[in-house]
Amino acid sequence: MAKFKGAIVVDTEKCKGCGLCVVSCPTAVIELARGVNGKGYHYAHMANPDACIGCSSCGLVCPDTVITVYRAKAS
Amino acid sequence: MTATTEINNIISKENLVYKKTDVLLDNEMHYCPGCTHGVIHKVIAEVIEEMDIQDKTIGVSPVGCSVLAYNYLDIDWQQAAHGRAPALATATSRLMPDKYVFTYQGDGDLASIGCAEIMHACNRGENIVVVFVNNAIYGMTGGQMAPTTLEGQVTATSPYGRDCATTGFPMKMSEMVSLLPGTRFVTRQSAETAGAVRKLKKAIRKGFENTREKKGLSFIEIVGTCSSGWKLSPTQSNEWMKENMFPYYPLGTLKDE
Repeated sequence: MAKFKGAIVVDTEKCKGCGLCVVSCPTAVIELARGVNGKGYHYAHMANPDACIGCSSCGLVCPDTVITVYRAKAS
Repeated sequence: MTATTEINNIISKENLVYKKTDVLLDNEMHYCPGCTHGVIHKVIAEVIEEMDIQDKTIGVSPVGCSVLAYNYLDIDWQQAAHGRAPALATATSRLMPDKYVFTYQGDGDLASIGCAEIMHACNRGENIVVVFVNNAIYGMTGGQMAPTTLEGQVTATSPYGRDCATTGFPMKMSEMVSLLPGTRFVTRQSAETAGAVRKLKKAIRKGFENTREKKGLSFIEIVGTCSSGWKLSPTQSNEWMKENMFPYYPLGTLKDE
């Protein structure tokens, strides 16, 4: 089991749904939503939150810096 | 404990590991989805925050997609005529030697119309940082051929692919300026993966540190994507860049003195 548990918060209204975070995620946590935001983009969201390790890869590659990453030691 | 409460417990201030830096303003970027400019803006903002030089940094924005960079970074900015950012940065850094002056230019701005300015600024070894975003196309004007467009690459003005017999060969700007004695640090980076972004951050930080030590000109080329101009999705653009751009524009540091 992973030593760390992570979570991300996506500013969905600012997300442009480019999908770069989806391919950058090493544990396949992120997917683009079926729904759309106010601009009509399929925003990114945590589809598989249990697998998140809080590595910040998604935050680093996000061109619009809409992802905030949290990480805690696994209990 | 349900999964939702567990996530809510993780999302707290003490567990925060990555957030948008305060140097980046809250304005929504006008760039297309997946544009490398957004990542580069963020990396520059993070370096400025880490070095605590927000009130001492002056950026010179070019003509191109990144002309509106002053809307996104909370520092002092000037906007130069097309290609003339190094000339404006020269004046700024000479008049205010204690400031950190950087130019932010695309390949249409730096390698085409501003080729003379960048060559002479590099030759004089001005104490500035040049951030050069190379995406092998003119993005803002609709995807026309740029000097850095690859051989055979289809653009709006080379619909059958770039023919090097009539339009010349793609320009390797970093290699060109690394030969000039005025440059101190010349590197070529990319920003498609988390590892690449970290390396890019180190390179930009080194550039600003060179400015602080009055070492001379630091030239940081970033091989980027233009998904709208290339007519590909952002993820496909990254793959295309790895397959086609990296062999011609190899990543790495060319000069570090």
